[in-house]
Amino acid sequence: MKNINWFHYAAPQTFYGLAGKAWPWFAVLATAFMVAGLWIGFAVAPTDFQQGEGYRIIFVHVPASWMSMVIYLAMAFWSVLGLTFNTRLSGMMTRALAPTGALFAFLSLWTGALWGKPMWGAWWVWDARLTSELILFFLYLGYIALTSAIDDTRRSDRAGALIAIVGAINVPIIYFSVKWWNTLHQGASVSLTQAPSMAALMLWGMLLVALAFWAYSIALVLYRVRTLILQRDSHATWVHELEEVTR
Amino acid sequence: MSGGAFMAVLRRDVLLALRRKSEVLTAVFFFVVVAALFPLGIGPELNTLRLVAPGVLWVGALLSSMLALQRLFEADYRDGTLEQMALSPTPLAWLVSAKLLAHWLVSGVPLVLLAPVLGLQFDLSTDALTTLTLALLLGTPVLSLVGGIGAALTLGVRGGGVLLSLLVLPLFIPVLVFGAGAVEAQASGLGAQAHFSILMAMLLPAAFFSPLACAAALRIALE
Amino acid sequence: MRWESWSQFWHMGGYAVYVWGSVGVTALLMVVEVWQARWAHRLVLRQVKTEQAVAQLLDEASSVEKVM
Repeated sequence: MKNINWFHYAAPQTFYGLAGKAWPWFAVLATAFMVAGLWIGFAVAPTDFQQGEGYRIIFVHVPASWMSMVIYLAMAFWSVLGLTFNTRLSGMMTRALAPTGALFAFLSLWTGALWGKPMWGAWWVWDARLTSELILFFLYLGYIALTSAIDDTRRSDRAGALIAIVGAINVPIIYFSVKWWNTLHQGASVSLTQAPSMAALMLWGMLLVALAFWAYSIALVLYRVRTLILQRDSHATWVHELEEVTR
Repeated sequence: MSGGAFMAVLRRDVLLALRRKSEVLTAVFFFVVVAALFPLGIGPELNTLRLVAPGVLWVGALLSSMLALQRLFEADYRDGTLEQMALSPTPLAWLVSAKLLAHWLVSGVPLVLLAPVLGLQFDLSTDALTTLTLALLLGTPVLSLVGGIGAALTLGVRGGGVLLSLLVLPLFIPVLVFGAGAVEAQASGLGAQAHFSILMAMLLPAAFFSPLACAAALRIALE
Repeated sequence: MRWESWSQFWHMGGYAVYVWGSVGVTALLMVVEVWQARWAHRLVLRQVKTEQAVAQLLDEASSVEKVM
């Protein structure tokens, strides 16, 4: 571990190259995992005893929920890094993550509602997890709105980092409070996980789709960061010398 | 840590707010209007009103707080006082906590005092009214503290008011859940002890960390 | 394989609307997201090219002036 320059790839110029080489691989991974996951989920996995074929929504619903939370944590991670080391790239990474995270949060809510209607008879229930997911969606929208409203790049990045961190600290509090609220109002006491033990195939289907979403997110975020780098460093010489620009 | 500076900022903010009464009164008036209109919209059934009262009053308090938050740093930002505070030897977080306290005294306390009166419209029992007032007493400072972070982040940003509301809304929800829940728990005979403990558990860390977060946000806005 | 025919697959045991409404919207939004990212990238690329072209023109113009 002699003299590793941990910040080598923190320079937008170097990261641009790295991201450019990496994202296609993740895109391929995403496609592969997706095909495998959907195959297991829709062609191989057995029918559920209670929910019939309708349960198959979990193969997109659960991975979307997982991703919405993972991406938010990633945003918080990059935000802490950015505020600590004052690296521009951290702000760009956080920014690039937000839209995908918001998308997955929305999909979690959308597929949740479509699952809820046939199963519980209602498009929306104030289940602890659904409600927390809704609030998480608002946290994403808040970040996107704040960073879009501030014109100065540096201030925008840093303000966004702060709200991302404050929001991340709040996520467990929000979840706890909503769970508390929900258990006291024992209305629809439903669990979103299969009971009692999920059949192995169902679990595999979910995991594979989750991996697909994860690879998809990485590919998309790396691609988006490249766009952001180009935009922000548009006056730099290295950008003007890029192959895709001089072409 | 200068007590003098703290008191100076506190006194100044309270005085300024009392002089520009209209801003303060708008938020308080909003609370009153919400509490007064809901029974008219829901109907005179007392059982229903008693059921919805905690939620309605708490949401009214929440929205009123959101309205009042916008002017927390706005005026000082515009006339340069905020910059002076940032440059002064006294820690900015300390001065900010004075501003937050002043804000709560002017915007939060009136809600606490009005709630029992407004609660009568919903036919809440004396015990319920006491619980409600106590819960608001613990909860409204949290709203000021946490809302201050949003106010600091959106300083001078276009679309500030709506943006501010969007930012603080998720952060307010735990306060709402436990604040309104306290009254419901008391009404159902379970006792609101646990809720009060949790409200306190939210208040104390917020009181410590929020000024620091606000100061950080203000520095970002002032650069 | 769980399904005896394609029509049975699409029918999804009566849950077609819900299952395909979920999977369909998911797929659609992901495709839209990708398309939007590529479109944004092309836009920025075009802007950078224009900037570079302008910079070059200015360069040439100033060097011509020097000669004169």
